Amino acid sequence: MKKVTLIAVAAAVAAGSPAAADLVFPSLSYRTGPYAAGGIPFADGYADYMTLLNERDGGIGGVMTRVPECETAYNTERGVECYESTRGEGALVYQPLSTGITYQLIPRTTVDGIPLHTMGYGRTSAANGDVFSHTFNYPANYWDAASVIVNQLLEENDGSLEGQTIALLYHNSAYGREPIRTLETLSEQHGFELSQLAVDHPGQEQGNQWLQIRRERPDYVVMWGWGVMNQVAIQEAINVRYPMENFIGNWWAGADHDVESAGADAAGYRSLNMNRLGDMPVFAEIQEHVIDAGLNAGDGTNLGNVLYTRGMYAAMLAAEAAATAQEIHGVAEIDASMMRDGMEALEITNARMEELGMPGIGPEFAVTCEDHGGTGMAIMQQWDGEAWVTLTDFIAPDDSVTQPLVLEDSAQYAEENGIESQCGES
Amino acid sequence: MFYREAGDYKTSYAADNQTFPILFDRYRYYFVLIVGALIIPFVLNDYWANSILIPFLIYAIAAIGLNILTGYCGQVSLGTGGFMAVGAYTSYKLMTAFPGLDMISVTLLSGVMTAMVGVAFGLPSLRIKGFYLAVATLAAQFFLVWLFNKVPWFYNYSASGQISAPERDFFYFTGIPVTGPNAEAWAKYLFCFLFVFVLAWVARNLTRGSVGRQWMAIRDMDIAAEIIGVNPLKAKLTAFAVSSFYVGIAGALLFTVYLGAVEVGEVYGITKSFLVLFMIIIGGLGSIFGSFAGAAFMVILPVVLRNFLTGTMNWDSALATHFEFVIVGALIMFFLIVEPHGLARLWALVKEKLRLWPFPH
Repeated sequence: MKKVTLIAVAAAVAAGSPAAADLVFPSLSYRTGPYAAGGIPFADGYADYMTLLNERDGGIGGVMTRVPECETAYNTERGVECYESTRGEGALVYQPLSTGITYQLIPRTTVDGIPLHTMGYGRTSAANGDVFSHTFNYPANYWDAASVIVNQLLEENDGSLEGQTIALLYHNSAYGREPIRTLETLSEQHGFELSQLAVDHPGQEQGNQWLQIRRERPDYVVMWGWGVMNQVAIQEAINVRYPMENFIGNWWAGADHDVESAGADAAGYRSLNMNRLGDMPVFAEIQEHVIDAGLNAGDGTNLGNVLYTRGMYAAMLAAEAAATAQEIHGVAEIDASMMRDGMEALEITNARMEELGMPGIGPEFAVTCEDHGGTGMAIMQQWDGEAWVTLTDFIAPDDSVTQPLVLEDSAQYAEENGIESQCGES
Repeated sequence: MFYREAGDYKTSYAADNQTFPILFDRYRYYFVLIVGALIIPFVLNDYWANSILIPFLIYAIAAIGLNILTGYCGQVSLGTGGFMAVGAYTSYKLMTAFPGLDMISVTLLSGVMTAMVGVAFGLPSLRIKGFYLAVATLAAQFFLVWLFNKVPWFYNYSASGQISAPERDFFYFTGIPVTGPNAEAWAKYLFCFLFVFVLAWVARNLTRGSVGRQWMAIRDMDIAAEIIGVNPLKAKLTAFAVSSFYVGIAGALLFTVYLGAVEVGEVYGITKSFLVLFMIIIGGLGSIFGSFAGAAFMVILPVVLRNFLTGTMNWDSALATHFEFVIVGALIMFFLIVEPHGLARLWALVKEKLRLWPFPH
């Protein structure tokens, strides 16, 4: 019986094998499970943008793109299986949209020579390209996010947070724990008190944490949540009558589905965002070339919402890096190692974003061998009860705080794994 | 036609009592061993190793472990995930504290540590049983996961609370890594295969001997067992110790060899306890073969289904995942309705039929 199943697997694997000569961007998506609410729009945006390139421009540099999807359900074991099953198809870059899977894939992708792009998530110290040769986390990372939130609060409080309390409500996983070190450093520096409230996977049980918030009344609550956890937290905040203006999510805790169920009651809730929202010309083109043509990845209703836009932004960065790689190496059909060079030479300017029909969607940045992290800038947005409104321009993080932490953490990783400097003298 | 005993003469008690008394069965067993140890490592690619065979072997160890406790000794446990976490964190601490240790020692020591923790959580079994014991072991599950999240010493104070396995060798001075990204698929596979073979062989013989008989006596009726002279303290605690040893090794291998980096709440959560429990229920309680069959059913079937639905049928990946749940769930119900004693019993019935075929009574 076992042999029969083995043959069946072999047949299934063989049947799924690729047609050659495409630019393959595997999407380790999750459209099921407690984090699907965030996974679906992101995966839709990613796939739709690649489809747009195929339909409108005939691919990137004349080579068609292909986005094989593999369902991970935000589970690391499935993520590993997805990586193994798709990497043989000539995968150019992986974007797992999961910090847990990122940790699995960093050593594997480095050995296999496939770049890994973890945009605003994953291992923060991977910003140090001197150690992490194949991992990129531009345009921003968690420590930047923590620093940006504190900078914004400093500005609102006339430059001082002395004596204030900030509660960090975080998903009890690698993802949620990432900002703690930065916030601890910042709390020493600016004199605010940091209390930490962990919420276990998947995040629906938050009664105790909000009881504590109700009792202690911290001046601000900062949330590192994802998926179903965000909706619950916002509802709980409403239930304990916590002032919504003082409740701030990171960029994974500020999408449409997080606040829509609470509606007008959640008005005032703020969150970071690394990509700007609004009516961009590219959406009309996606509508015309992709959705109206019936080629959309999802049901087409997510077009233009927060995470759809971010998925599209991620796809744009990948496509731009692929184009850069084609330019550097002078071939259209690039492989993973050329893609890595393209990502390392990537430069995103306002003019280019305008040209692509998404003006100002993200900050301008340039990647270098040492710096895989981008500028780390983010905007603050607010839910007005019906829609997300952009409050600020791009806010810069305090590099003097995050940079030493990045160097310290990556140096430890380099020592543990015996990694030599990648960038030579400079 | 198959499974004939005719002409297969036994001339000693040892020959009569062997695990595979029928010649054909014995040959089949040797055949599987030879294919597993001598052929597969040479034809193995990364996808097969990492997605199918290694998880299957690791979960088979966990299923054998739980089967010893639940299937053979009748002590229901929902703490499997927590005990697997003990194995994983012990091996992490050992690997980082003693860089010179080879992986065989690390894995065995992780099993020993888990056995000790398992005995501690097995103590309540002397006073309570059935559902009540299940709740006590459930407490172990939640406590252990909480502990590994709460105390930074266990994850060496890393920023994210994740543990990741550094590169370590198969055995002293072999220079063949089995952990870390540079480990070859065949080395990882053979390492797991070695553990599975030895542990399954030991388990099979333990359950045939006096210890196993005591476990089964306790399982069938503890008061009667006590009257005929079985010491319940010894029987139950040995079952907990041996079972946890196996589960700990499975947890350690899952972390070191298979995943390489682990987040305790996700990988060793309550769902893992249920997964292994389902494996032994579907495979067959009180059967070593059943543990393998159950592990294969729960690990390989979803992968096959996924590849078939998304690869061959070209379904949308989300739809395929939803249908995967539906199909696997329906198959579980089907098997349990057709044969409540699991795949092992089904297999035994097939063998019975084949022995009589083509002339049934």
